[in-house]
Amino acid sequence: MTGPAIAANSLRKSYGDKTVLDGIDLTVPEGTIFSLLGPNGAGKTTAVKILSTLISPDRSSGPVHVGGHDLATHPQAVRAAIGVTGQFSAVDGLITGEENMLLMADLHHLSRREGRRVAAELLERFDLVDAAKKPASTYSGGMKRRLDIAMTLVGDPRIIFLDEPTTGLDPRSRHTMWGIIRELVSDGVTVFLTTQYLEEADELADRIAVLHDGVIAAEGTAQELKRIVPGGHVRLRFTDPAAYRSAASALSEAVRDEEALALQLPSDGSQRALRSVLDRLDSSGIEAGELTVHTPDLDDVFFALTGGADVPTQPAQPAQPKENVR
Amino acid sequence: MSSLSLAVRDSSTMLRRNLLHARRYPSLTLNLLLTPIMLLLLFVYIFGDAMSAGIGGGDRSDYIAYLVPGLLLMTIGSTTIGTAVSVSNDMTEGIIARFRTMAVHRGSVLIGHVIGSVLQSVLSVVLVGAVGVAIGFRSTGATALEWLAAFGLVTLFALSLTWIAVGMGLVSPSAEAASNNAMPLIFLPLISSTFVPVDSMPGWFQPIAEYQPFTPTIETLRGLLLGTGIGHNGWLALAWCAALTALGYFWSTSRFNRDPE
Repeated sequence: MTGPAIAANSLRKSYGDKTVLDGIDLTVPEGTIFSLLGPNGAGKTTAVKILSTLISPDRSSGPVHVGGHDLATHPQAVRAAIGVTGQFSAVDGLITGEENMLLMADLHHLSRREGRRVAAELLERFDLVDAAKKPASTYSGGMKRRLDIAMTLVGDPRIIFLDEPTTGLDPRSRHTMWGIIRELVSDGVTVFLTTQYLEEADELADRIAVLHDGVIAAEGTAQELKRIVPGGHVRLRFTDPAAYRSAASALSEAVRDEEALALQLPSDGSQRALRSVLDRLDSSGIEAGELTVHTPDLDDVFFALTGGADVPTQPAQPAQPKENVR
Repeated sequence: MSSLSLAVRDSSTMLRRNLLHARRYPSLTLNLLLTPIMLLLLFVYIFGDAMSAGIGGGDRSDYIAYLVPGLLLMTIGSTTIGTAVSVSNDMTEGIIARFRTMAVHRGSVLIGHVIGSVLQSVLSVVLVGAVGVAIGFRSTGATALEWLAAFGLVTLFALSLTWIAVGMGLVSPSAEAASNNAMPLIFLPLISSTFVPVDSMPGWFQPIAEYQPFTPTIETLRGLLLGTGIGHNGWLALAWCAALTALGYFWSTSRFNRDPE
């Protein structure tokens, strides 16, 4: 394959007069994880559905290439190159996990023997051996999702679409899923991931695009996106009011919080910046009760870009910017 | 792989999947079998004597002979309601979306359903036929060729109703809706010549009973199994089968090829 794994120009989709995607450009280099990040209803799933040939884009869209194949003229070639795990589980609940795997092997035209080997290998890899003979409808959410991804991998796809792969999973299953996704990329596979969890995009993605109201509000690495929002600082908290007062006079540029006996200093959180703060405290003989470093995270970026109106659900972490205690 | 062998291979994979469903969860098919079997027993053992007199026959064995061919075709109507329900169920499953994003033959999903359903229909017809034979139905006069033709007619009729049922399943948003939408498939044989001859019905109603797929097909099957006159009913039956198959096929495939919602 030459060129990027996925390239889309001004992708558009509307239903009636409701515009879901209003001309988005996407380029995903081979072997990377790309994350489309956005709140519910931003158009993430629609983008995945179009790129995975499930629905067609509007006629006014530009060309879309997936795996080097034109989506409009060679959809079957695109399908042969991709694997899709949708938001809603795409397993056949009426048959067993193993039968689901063998069904995929048959549809990829593997020989019976090869099919059995691949199915057994993937069931093992995704820790589904014990459940292999049970109907998939009896699986837990995490197991269904694992089976779903295992089925996607049967054809050894080079480009994998994962639409909110961890939504609704408990923290342990989510971390398992992250491990699985990282493993995929180490094999050279390209992953197109949608998520509403900022933490997840930050953890996994090489590049992130923030989708908001059908347009890409920002795109870049997690670091680049974080640079969009200023606001890194060091926060010092004191237990002793006297220490607080002397620190406040020593660090005159600090923003004061009398109530909490806390001082806030602008800082990029680097080692050098931290040392300078600590040195100044030391030279005045003051000891802080607690020191926390706040680096801007994707939450800040997200709220800055989307005007804070559409707060994404964040069950795993507080909606407020995260304070890293060091 | 050529596109024909791709179609055959993927369709047979889909067929295996549907047969696996049917084998694992036979209750739907078996429930649908109960209707024709109960009607058969009811009309023979409870209403048999009166019905027999009504068609100018002697005892109830004459009525068994009259009734069984119609009920065999009603069995097909009843079984295909199950097709509509299972297609509708299937379309709400994420696995269909997965199939659509795979490089499998486009039509294989529906072809798998259709062949699976025709096989189930034919099996159901054999079961209901066996009940008929057990209570005294005989087709001793028929030649081997007539038997073969009867079997062919049953299969063709099953194929045509199945394609219609697949279309009904595809346009139904839920299993309940599919079951309701497919009601004509069990209702039409009730107002055909299954139970009484059309010319014994009120004059205003006769066209309704006459101009529908069941009556000519039933008359043809009767002719093949019992040696009664077939006349133009044979061609009519074949025409109905061809027309319904074509209609159901184009309806279903155009519906399936649309972007899913």
